[in-house]
Amino acid sequence: MRLAILLLLSLFTFAASTEVVKSTEAIKGAEVVAFSDESLRPRYHQLLQELRCPKCQNQNLADSNSPISQDLRREIQRMLEEQMTDKQIKDYLKSRYSEFILYRPEVNKNTWLLWGSPVLVVLLGLLILLRHNRQPKPSANKEVPKVNKESPSNTSDQQRLAELLGDKENQQ
Amino acid sequence: MNRLALFIPLALFVGLSLVLLFGLDKDPTDLPSALVGEAFPVFNLPSLKDEQNVVTEQDFNGEVVLVNVWATWCFACRIEHPMLNKLSEQGVKIIGLNYKDQRAGALAWLAERGDPYQFNIFDAKGSLGIDLGVYGAPETYLVDADGIIRHRRVGVVDDRVWESEFRAIYEQITGTEQ
Repeated sequence: MRLAILLLLSLFTFAASTEVVKSTEAIKGAEVVAFSDESLRPRYHQLLQELRCPKCQNQNLADSNSPISQDLRREIQRMLEEQMTDKQIKDYLKSRYSEFILYRPEVNKNTWLLWGSPVLVVLLGLLILLRHNRQPKPSANKEVPKVNKESPSNTSDQQRLAELLGDKENQQ
Repeated sequence: MNRLALFIPLALFVGLSLVLLFGLDKDPTDLPSALVGEAFPVFNLPSLKDEQNVVTEQDFNGEVVLVNVWATWCFACRIEHPMLNKLSEQGVKIIGLNYKDQRAGALAWLAERGDPYQFNIFDAKGSLGIDLGVYGAPETYLVDADGIIRHRRVGVVDDRVWESEFRAIYEQITGTEQ
């Protein structure tokens, strides 16, 4: 009985340890960070998602394992502990690493087209839709004259065909 | 009108091709620098040679200097080092920023390869590196006599880079022919 309990307990600890491994793998490379106030943690993760590693081009700070990303993660943690706002932290990094570091660029003269293009595309779509709907329906106006116009020539064709066929039959 | 409209897809295609073609020439690792035109950041760090000796940006105030970020772990710095020696011989003042490195290794490096630096800032934790926006070594900054950063180069400075990027600005702000 005692052995069974011991076995069960060791199983539990094993399960718990794999659980820990899984959760650390989930934050991929990010060190286990301790905050004085747990409410800072979601902001920390949000910032790491939105800030770009300057060295590795297409990874954010959360994904990257480069030394510079480690330093910047530590720096962001420090700034959060110092009660800086998200905007202050982003401005701090922007003044050093330029706008490149922001994965969500600010709206300015270089980026207005980027931000505005979805709106422009929707407007363009609406415009095309409106023009398309305003055109007269083909079934109502076009097909009737088509029949009228073609029927005389059709009858004359029919007559000519009959003549030709008739001639042929006579010859035979 | 309708015939012209048929050419819209072609025009779009040609436009997009041109945009992408010009994009090919751009180096994606060449980031815009936030610090050109700004003052060199304030710092307070030990020097490499003497742990007790604290150096600040005041130590090269009033002089035109190159600030070169290097480390013994940085492979490209090995390639760059002879060029720095050459520039130093020509009278260019170079300040070293030993970035996230080991003191003993860095001193051995200078003993072995020559020391082109006026002095070296020992930035073991990379704190000045973050203030400068350093994201890889080597990096070289041209700082004028007012302490304003005039040019930044990420990557090796060789003869070609010196001629094309640094020389004109250097001669302009020193008022000399180099």
